[in-house]
Amino acid sequence: MTIPTHRFEALVVGGGGAGLYAALTLSREGIPTAVLSKLYPTRSHTGAAQGGIGAALGNTEEDHPEWHMYDTVKGSDYLADQDAVEILCREAIETVYELEHLGLPFNRTPEGKIDQRRFGGHTREQGKAPVRRACYAADRTGHMILQTLYQQCIRRQVRFFDEFHVLDLVLEEGSGGRRCAGVVAMDLASGELHLFHAQAVLFATGGSGRMFQVTSNAHALTGDGMAVAFRRGIPLEDMEFFQFHPTGIYKMGILLSEACRGEGGVLRNALQERFMERVAPTIKDLAPRDMVSRAIYQEIRQGRGIGGKDYVHLDLTHLGQETLEKKLPDIADFVRTYMGLDPARDLIPVQPTAHYSMGGIPTNVDGEVMQDEKDTPLPGFYAAGECACVSVHGANRLGTNSLVDILVFGRRSGMTMSRYIRHSGWPSLPSQGLDWAQALLERLRNAQGKEKAATLRRELQQEMMESCGVFRREQSLSLLLKKLEVWEGRFLEIGLQDRSRRFNTELLEAIELQNLLVLARVTVASALARTESRGAHAREDYPKRDDENWLKHTLAAGENGKVVLKYKLVVITKFQPQERKY
Amino acid sequence: MKIKLQIKRFNPEKDRAPWWGKYEVDVEPNDRLLDALHEVKWRQDGTLAFRRSCAHGVCGSDAMKINGRNRLACKELVRNLSRTIVVEPLMGFRVLKDLIVDMEPFFKKYRQIHPYLVNEDPEEPGRERLQTPAERSRFEDTTKCILCAACTTACPSFWTNPDYVGPASIVQAHRFIFDSRDRAGAERLHILNESEGVWRCRTVFNCAEACPRGIDVPKAIAEVKRALVFKKI
Ligand SMILES: Cc1cc2nc3c(=O)[nH]c(=O)nc-3n(C[C@H](O)[C@H](O)[C@H](O)COP(=O)(O)OP(=O)(O)OC[C@H]3O[C@@H](n4cnc5c(N)ncnc54)[C@H](O)[C@@H]3O)c2cc1C
Ligand code: FES
Repeated sequence: MTIPTHRFEALVVGGGGAGLYAALTLSREGIPTAVLSKLYPTRSHTGAAQGGIGAALGNTEEDHPEWHMYDTVKGSDYLADQDAVEILCREAIETVYELEHLGLPFNRTPEGKIDQRRFGGHTREQGKAPVRRACYAADRTGHMILQTLYQQCIRRQVRFFDEFHVLDLVLEEGSGGRRCAGVVAMDLASGELHLFHAQAVLFATGGSGRMFQVTSNAHALTGDGMAVAFRRGIPLEDMEFFQFHPTGIYKMGILLSEACRGEGGVLRNALQERFMERVAPTIKDLAPRDMVSRAIYQEIRQGRGIGGKDYVHLDLTHLGQETLEKKLPDIADFVRTYMGLDPARDLIPVQPTAHYSMGGIPTNVDGEVMQDEKDTPLPGFYAAGECACVSVHGANRLGTNSLVDILVFGRRSGMTMSRYIRHSGWPSLPSQGLDWAQALLERLRNAQGKEKAATLRRELQQEMMESCGVFRREQSLSLLLKKLEVWEGRFLEIGLQDRSRRFNTELLEAIELQNLLVLARVTVASALARTESRGAHAREDYPKRDDENWLKHTLAAGENGKVVLKYKLVVITKFQPQERKY
Repeated sequence: MKIKLQIKRFNPEKDRAPWWGKYEVDVEPNDRLLDALHEVKWRQDGTLAFRRSCAHGVCGSDAMKINGRNRLACKELVRNLSRTIVVEPLMGFRVLKDLIVDMEPFFKKYRQIHPYLVNEDPEEPGRERLQTPAERSRFEDTTKCILCAACTTACPSFWTNPDYVGPASIVQAHRFIFDSRDRAGAERLHILNESEGVWRCRTVFNCAEACPRGIDVPKAIAEVKRALVFKKI
């Protein structure tokens, strides 16, 4: 059987915001580029982003990139690398203008400038009061970013391989070390394997929220890119930091953006009390997400959940019909459609929902992937977007900063790749490049075991939510780690009913589950080791932040089937760690 | 509660003709039809194939015919549907497997109308192009499109003439034609004036009812037609 082989100077895996911006940059630089995406690019989860993209344009009130930087560092609980944050906040501004020039229909001020609104953790003068920094297009900012970038990629005739699922990375093992040579992907429509040979490969495969039971993340967000890299010996950075967004629709997890609170919405407990006033007296409901999510759990634990249950209320009733329809129309529609409630009249049941992976594939500020704690790059391999960890979000990301991250670093990666491609020459394709993927498909296509992938996945999601969610403790984490070993064993016993080739989505889901299992193990192992509380990682048995021992990034690598943890220092330039108060 | 699903199944790899799969599933009234389809796939028949991703009506993956109407499976709650729900693939595109149709012809139509902002005027770096809220509101509605194809595949003109660009592409063209920053409106109008363009629309307006994003598709089409007749945007 011959395997179709393709050759492109640059390969971008992932058609979300990060991947498309990189592809657009590469094609503008005249580099032949292909984008591989398991979804049609316009189905990527960037399209679900609602609230806004942060940039200190200062269009409606005074603002500065330095203020943005301070907020991001403080929000990160001082774990972000400050050199990277500085770039993020500076380049955010030109990125937003560039998006506008590419056609993005931002909401406008009366004078016709890009309008801005408030968002959690974004303040003026280092914490004095909330500031209007989030640029937005109603509550479909991500949709407009995704559409705009896709449109411009079409204009530039970027080559798309839609519904191609990447299974493996191909590495050339030379005398001078390893180098990336391409990827192996399955064409979902035919079930056929394809080999892609490239000089440079970018992973922009998005998040992994489907590890958890209640999540704002799409079904497709199964952390494939991270898992593939990990299997090929790349460590994963800071995976214990997973953000829970405070306001997911109760039980469904569908996100109600922080923009709801940015526009004036508030959280209330069973006593109708605005409890965030107690927790964060200065910025109240606009405190960072880690704090608000913990506050909700505390209310619930202390019996002030609504009707004694595990949720609180988001109150938008005072915003008025006009704000709801003009600025939050999709959110109003979600509330009507999925809850049968009218946000102008009814209180909305919400609970924290698994939202964002701060951790990921370690990169430097140019998108180059680092293979170890000494920051040795893996030539030809790049990562950007939610699957990467630069790290600009540290232990807790601020709202609106992911869209900045995917674009700023998507573009930078594209630039670095084009420079690399101009002088690197072609790597050779190793003959065993397909072996792993072929063996996997062979095994799964004939899998006759008694376990069901769906059942395993459900158990995994429940337990991760329970023991590795907003609050964590040693006992339950250790227990979970043991269960994960059991589940990985059970995964080998699964059976599939679908034996056909085309659109075998049962097979696809099994492959995705395998990725989730790997990432869950890395996450739990990293969380168990970190005996402190920082940002989104809250250990009930170690409730304090411990800068002396833990002001460092985790790097979790796979060695002989075990997760081995190493650490590297945080880059601190302008802001020394301080207690985090809001 | 228990509901029945009748799903039109077809895997060209092994089936000679489409057949009806009948399933009974236990769901919560607040579940989406998408959840019910997952119940089937995850507990009863793993071979059932459909596309989905976001599960809340923003990615456009899971448009299908639900009780005869084009809808997103993730935006229909079972409590609002009948006890027996009939589910079929979208009409007019080749069925690849079960509820999955070939979307390539759809995206080809989309690409035909030059779906990207064209403006070669020199940009001022470090500044936005200005656009007033009133100018923006002329095309705001059509920016909501998620390319799910529900409108185009509900259109009788498209069924009888597969080369017709279809409502979705007209909506996309509208989004640029009426954007004060765009300079290629005339070009797009020219394309829509051709034989497979906007005049194929016979104002049946199935599209109005089909759009899951609530876009006023007939209005967008009418505005494009008017721009052609009066040669003015
Ligand atoms: C509901 C919601 C609202 C949000 N709102 C905001 C907001 O207002 N502001 C903000 O800053 N951030 C927001 N975020 C976060 C932000 O949207 C995401 O972090 C960001 O869009 C991720 O972009 P990405 O390009 O990295 O990945 P994605 O957009 O998720 O794209 C991933 C791509 O990778 C592809 N892919 C994945 N695996 C494979 C594989 N194995 N083979 C081939 N292709 C693959 C997928 O097809 C997809 O194209 C929000 C997130 C959610 C869930
Ligand atoms: S799954 Fe995204 S629109 Fe239904």
